[in-house]
Amino acid sequence: MSEGARPLLERLESIEEEGLAALREAEDEEALEAARVRYLGRSGALTEALGEIGGLPAGDRPAAGRKGNEVKGLLEEAHESRAAELRREARAREASERDLTLPGRRPFRGGTHPVTRVIDEICDIFAELGFTRVRGPEVETEWYNFTALNIPLDHPAADVHDTFYVDEGVVLRTHTSPVQARVMQAHEPPVRVVVPGLCYRRDAFDASHAPAFEQIEGLAVDEGVDFIEFRSAIDHFVRRFFGPDVKTRLRPDFFPFTEPSAQVEVSCTICGGSGCSTCKGTGWIEIMGAGMVDPAVFEAVGYDPERYTGFAFGMGPARIAILRHRIPDIRLLYDGDVRFLRQLAGPEGG
Amino acid sequence: MRVSVRWLRDLVPGLEGGAGELADRLSMAATGVEEILEVGGGLDGIVVARVLEVEPHPDADRLSLCRVDAGGEPADVVCGAPVIEAGALYPFVAPGRSLPDGLVIEERAIRGVTSHGMLCSERELGLGGDASGILRLPDGLEPGRDLAEALGLPDESLDLEITPNRVDLACHLGVARELAAEGGLEARLPALGGPGWEPAWADGETEASAAGVTVRIEDPDRCGRYLGAVIRGVRVGPSPAWLQGRLRAVGARPINNVVDATNYVLREMNQPLHAFDLGTLRGAEIRVRAAGKGERLVTLDGKERKLGPEATVIADAEGPVALAGVMGGEESEVTAGTTEVFLECAWFDPTHTRHTARSVDLSTDASYRFERGVDRRAAEAALVRCVELVLATAGGKAEEGAVRVGPLPGPRTELPLRPARVRQVLGLDLDVGQIAALLAPLGFERSEEGGGAEAPTFLVPGWREGDVTREADLVEEVARRHGYEAFPSELRRVRPSAVPADPAFARSDLVRRALAARGFLEARSSSLVSRAEADPERPLELLHPLSAEEGYLRGALVPVLLRRLEHNFSRGERDVRLYEIGTAFRGREDAGGEVPAEESLRAGAVLTGRRRPEHWSEAVPDADVWDLKGLAGSVAEGLCGARLVPAAGGATGGAGPAAAGPDGGAAGPDPFGSRTWLGAERFVLEGEDGPVGIAGRVRPEAVDAPPWAGPVWALEFSLGAVRAEDRPVYAPVSPYPAVPRDLALLVPEGVEAAEVGAVAREAGPEWLEDVRLFDVYEGEGLESGYRSLAFRFRFRAPDRTLEDAEVEEALEGITRRLEERFDARVRSS
Repeated sequence: MSEGARPLLERLESIEEEGLAALREAEDEEALEAARVRYLGRSGALTEALGEIGGLPAGDRPAAGRKGNEVKGLLEEAHESRAAELRREARAREASERDLTLPGRRPFRGGTHPVTRVIDEICDIFAELGFTRVRGPEVETEWYNFTALNIPLDHPAADVHDTFYVDEGVVLRTHTSPVQARVMQAHEPPVRVVVPGLCYRRDAFDASHAPAFEQIEGLAVDEGVDFIEFRSAIDHFVRRFFGPDVKTRLRPDFFPFTEPSAQVEVSCTICGGSGCSTCKGTGWIEIMGAGMVDPAVFEAVGYDPERYTGFAFGMGPARIAILRHRIPDIRLLYDGDVRFLRQLAGPEGG
Repeated sequence: MRVSVRWLRDLVPGLEGGAGELADRLSMAATGVEEILEVGGGLDGIVVARVLEVEPHPDADRLSLCRVDAGGEPADVVCGAPVIEAGALYPFVAPGRSLPDGLVIEERAIRGVTSHGMLCSERELGLGGDASGILRLPDGLEPGRDLAEALGLPDESLDLEITPNRVDLACHLGVARELAAEGGLEARLPALGGPGWEPAWADGETEASAAGVTVRIEDPDRCGRYLGAVIRGVRVGPSPAWLQGRLRAVGARPINNVVDATNYVLREMNQPLHAFDLGTLRGAEIRVRAAGKGERLVTLDGKERKLGPEATVIADAEGPVALAGVMGGEESEVTAGTTEVFLECAWFDPTHTRHTARSVDLSTDASYRFERGVDRRAAEAALVRCVELVLATAGGKAEEGAVRVGPLPGPRTELPLRPARVRQVLGLDLDVGQIAALLAPLGFERSEEGGGAEAPTFLVPGWREGDVTREADLVEEVARRHGYEAFPSELRRVRPSAVPADPAFARSDLVRRALAARGFLEARSSSLVSRAEADPERPLELLHPLSAEEGYLRGALVPVLLRRLEHNFSRGERDVRLYEIGTAFRGREDAGGEVPAEESLRAGAVLTGRRRPEHWSEAVPDADVWDLKGLAGSVAEGLCGARLVPAAGGATGGAGPAAAGPDGGAAGPDPFGSRTWLGAERFVLEGEDGPVGIAGRVRPEAVDAPPWAGPVWALEFSLGAVRAEDRPVYAPVSPYPAVPRDLALLVPEGVEAAEVGAVAREAGPEWLEDVRLFDVYEGEGLESGYRSLAFRFRFRAPDRTLEDAEVEEALEGITRRLEERFDARVRSS
């Protein structure tokens, strides 16, 4: 190509670059039209440049002509596509002006698992009573899981039929209670802790059992902690969690690590106490096992049982979530089905 | 464990209230009631009938014609049961009456013969599960008599949930004691109305003989006491109706009068007894010993049991005749032909009983009680009660001499109970008299010899010896008797906890909020997984898993979330964003006495499908690598104080110690278990001390996705990396105007954008406020081997308005530096 064509080709290239930018970035139809007139119009930059091709030496004309047509095609295409976009936006604007019931642009619905929300609420209520949140390992020694809690190793609970072992003397904790012993070994009273966490029992996964399930443990130890304080703390919790109309009752039960031991029941949240299938006609639903810490536990961790007393409790947040949301099958909690999770996701934004 | 309400009323004269009320009172005082069952309800109009004649049906082999006397005119009934005996008594429903299930019986022709009513099976009457034949009733009942009334029905039974410490509540007397104490009444055994028996005990430490039978305890660890009585001349047959009714009310099947007597005493006094046919015992000898290796015994249920030394047996001179404390043997069973009975009343050791029961995989009413401990002191009374019941129902004569082997029980356990301790634990101000008054009705007597009002002692009754062994146990009895509901509810002033909160919770809260706000839903998956989701290098395996699918603990969160994602794919969900916070596990090789597992708290997230929800105004594209990078970057920088860098093996091959892919050769450390799932586009969250997380595209083979699914992206990081306490110091914001400048650079391919940006920033003055990449272009119109990066610079000084000239100078300086460093060129515009 001769040197004579170069200025025109360079001009065409810059027309292409600037024209494409102007057309693509046109904010509205007016700006787009202005850009079109400026580059593609009858007296526009491109038309003008194309007109000059005839003045080139004959040998340079085909190359310049090809380039000119290419630029023209690109600009027209850019104009057409931007015009379509703007038309669509305009239609959308008009549509929205006509019909404000059209859906808006929402972000995806995120949220918190219903069991987490139950755990958080429980921890928040006990925080009002001065309990801090702590945790402990899920793989535990038999000593922490059983012995320290006054459960002999020949107890049925320690059997391989009921407990997962990963090694001799090493289990997946069957409750969050071993953290009681760990906390007391590490700290002097006053101890007031809640311990949410996963536990494991060798139950087949079915509608009402999960081999891995959540539990929340609570422990309060100090001088002067007595059954009256225990009862009051539980009553406070139930009123705050279930509401002022729900009644609580404590009745005798047995746990190796508490004495006296109590089963805490609330009036049935489904039928209000008149009896239904959820409460098996009794009007009451068990929500936690609890009691005064057995002196044997204090001895195991090196606390003086003559000086310190305390209470402990444990409950299953999954069970409470099931009651609260009337979930028919515990497996739904662990499926990760987004349709289930969206329903129970809690306030928008978690 | 069921108890009959009628039976309880017999034991506690004056006991008031219906079954529901008794259940409530018992629940609050002692033990929970699972369920209240009605037994023998709906039997109105069903009567006792005597079959007078039986003849075959003329037209059907399996049917018979019975003429029955139900108190009025004899009626002809067609019956399909295999055995009907003329002269015996059976339940009868007349036409127009109904069965408990509501079915009305009508006269109807069966194969041409009209049946005027129906004889009933146990199942049809709701009295048991046997539907194989017509229920044979005990002799001696008057035809026409109301069946329910004859059997002592209807009755209600309470199904008790018995806690492991309260085996004493597994019998009517135990429950009666609690109800009597609660109601201010007294519990006592009613008279049986038959002849009495006053044994002359033949005692021995390990061996004794009486009534022609020798008993020897060969291993005293296995059997603490063994009492036995001999009754001769019994007539074995059905028990009287009242006794059958009692057993049926608690769900037991009547067998015969001797066996029923032992079952009755079991349920009345909690003492398991066993009746042997004395004629079958070889050598008139009883030995309590370990089973020999390879010994066999056919138990009452007809099964042959292979025994080993862990099992304790009752043997005669030649071999085992019963599994001690668990079940009798078939050969020595009391049957219709038995005339001489040896009654065993023993105390078997709980642990050995458990071993015996487990060795044959059997649990019985007897083993349940022995395993938890029966009252050692009640053996004499229980044996006397049982002998008297056999005499009353099966006749015969009891030998006066009776064996009693094993040491006699020593003095009762004596325990201190300080009123000060009651105050300390319960908050109740009770004096010793009040405490004694609460305990006495449960059989805890104040010892005369014990300390004074400050330290009184109490004697534990035999039936609570296994459970009440310390002062704390007595404190519980006081609380129970006082009534848990009688304690006041008064919140106390408390000291704040000395235990600091674990920061993991604050970290979890931050992650939850951040991910929920970005459209992620929280999942909770089981941490029991298959080998594929366990740690690839050091999987933590269960010793006795429920199944191979649940045989390991998860090694990371993303693989588990991918299974949840697959669940959603299978339900047709295409836009899925899930996260989870939880523990990841791996084995530890150098455990050295510690737990052989490492636990690490992680957060994981997966996303797939559209970038944002579908909308009518636009076509929403699928999330791509930049969405993942933006998410991971905001998590890394915003939550963890880490940098997000492309990982080795990723698209641009930047620095980073991340996992080498399966194709990536050398297996370096893989702290986030990503080797199994991480694909080509990958990033590392680089913390101050090394990687704290990993992010990238999930390899197609790591997730079972349908063809319509979009690419899957994932992120996992260590929860410990999250900065729970982020308290930066304020940097002043300038009140002066900002000066923006754009710069488009042509840079050789292979030069990374991040580095160009970093050098530009470094080359700028202090008042270069921000550098942002706003456009990338490669391809047509550019020199090959180059791409265009366009940066927007924002200049702003904290203390003055900038002059154009100094900004131009700064921009030139930056440009020069970039040109030198990267062989970059300013792209003319």
